[in-house]
Amino acid sequence: MKYLVLIHLDEAMLEAMPEKEMSALNDRHLELNEALLKSGHFIEAEALQPAATTAIVRVRNDKVGVTDGPFAETKEQVAGFYFIEARDLNEAIQVASRLPSAPLGTVEVRPCRNLIVDGTPRPASSKSK
Amino acid sequence: MNDEAATGIRSEVEAIYRTESRRVLATLIRLLGDFDIAEEALHDAFIAAVEQWPTEGVPANARAWLVSTGRFKAIDKLRRRAKYDVPLDDVAEPADERGDPALLADREGVEDDRLRLVFTCCHPAIAPDAQVALTLREVCGLTTEAIARAYLATPATIAQRIVRAKNKIREARIPYEVPGRTELPQRLESVLRVVYLVFNEGYLASSGDSLTRHDLSLEAIRLGRLLVELLPESEVVGLLALMLLHESRRATRTSPTGEIVLLADQDRTQWDRAQIDDAVRLIEGALAAGPVGRYTLQAAIASIHARAPSAEATEWGRIVGFYDLMLRADPSPVVALNRAVAVAMRDGPAAGLAIVDDLLADGELDEYYLAHSARADLCRRLDRPAEAVKSYRRALELTQQPSEQRFLRGRIAEMEK
Repeated sequence: MKYLVLIHLDEAMLEAMPEKEMSALNDRHLELNEALLKSGHFIEAEALQPAATTAIVRVRNDKVGVTDGPFAETKEQVAGFYFIEARDLNEAIQVASRLPSAPLGTVEVRPCRNLIVDGTPRPASSKSK
Repeated sequence: MNDEAATGIRSEVEAIYRTESRRVLATLIRLLGDFDIAEEALHDAFIAAVEQWPTEGVPANARAWLVSTGRFKAIDKLRRRAKYDVPLDDVAEPADERGDPALLADREGVEDDRLRLVFTCCHPAIAPDAQVALTLREVCGLTTEAIARAYLATPATIAQRIVRAKNKIREARIPYEVPGRTELPQRLESVLRVVYLVFNEGYLASSGDSLTRHDLSLEAIRLGRLLVELLPESEVVGLLALMLLHESRRATRTSPTGEIVLLADQDRTQWDRAQIDDAVRLIEGALAAGPVGRYTLQAAIASIHARAPSAEATEWGRIVGFYDLMLRADPSPVVALNRAVAVAMRDGPAAGLAIVDDLLADGELDEYYLAHSARADLCRRLDRPAEAVKSYRRALELTQQPSEQRFLRGRIAEMEK
């Protein structure tokens, strides 16, 4: 089963982090990625630019509207994600709790679902055939 | 077969339902991989028993018969449904097709399944109120209506909670397993919290039908016993002991008119000695086994009260000692407050008041009515009625419970006489 693991971090905290600490944190993430690749959990992972770089796209009445974002003024923003394969939620939680940035913020673990077309569940990913 | 024999078998099926249905369900969930399918299978298995046992006789191993019949019926249904209906995703496929049906329900396996069921229902990814409802429904076998009555909710609300929880188990794929060594302490905490919540709902809340509420406490104790049997960790044993000690005083903690009777004023001859002895034996085991956690420490304190002939003749020094251990393990202002009350009993009200005032000065207990009522009580004992009244009034502002409010008003009236 596939899970999307979203890392929520306080961007002000990230900005204030000394370069040396940030570098060590990033290095540990890269190390973990290698380990997850070996254990078969890793599908994809990316770190994201700050939320201020977001563009919000709304399509209404065939018109494309673009504004800046994000809408929610929460303290923590999505700072990166992992896309993993895990046996079940418990295994996904185990992976999430190993993330080097987990102690700095909150980690959201979301299971993926199939798309149902004419009553038949189909994987949303065109790669997973 | 004559009617009398048929009635006999029917009551035998009913008895087997009472003792075995939760075990059979727990195993069926493992075999079928889905709560709803397993519940349907359980239902079908008992219908088959009522139909077949009068002519074929009650099988030697009724539990194994029920498991294999339920499983067979469910797989049959799933296959038929798969032909005409939506193809099932892999979760709803029979998870376990192998093995001898008799072995599917062997004793050890069945007990493991019950534990799996408890851990799944109390999974921390499920909303706390849904954990409670799901545990009462699936592990204890209470009806949705009974749970609704006990929690003063509508059956629809409870049913919805349970449905949402089951959907989450299926969709997020919460596994049906007892957690491994590394996760066990944290996950066990969640299970014990649910059990204690169920107990306290039946013990503390003053609203609702008191009979139903008492059932909840008994159900929690039954769950506690089951857990002790399945997983005799120190804290599991400690929680059971704690619940037994509370329960032993149930009859004496309110007056016939529903007023609160404080521990010091309770009729100790009415405490249930058998429950107390049972608890004391459990605590000795839990303290020896370690590591000692907060349930065991609370139980140890409660057991000292339970064995004391009167409030004055209580071993307050030992109680303070246990509170010290509790503060070290889990520092909290509420524990510190309880410790202060014990110190007041050991060293006199002035010593207690000094600690309570320090705690209140920290500000964390400012909204906690028991801190103010404890302060009021110490002032009362020190013969400082004006200060006592002021603190009783503050406590009165902070509690919504009618029986607590009546108690506090009574104390204020007494002081102002």
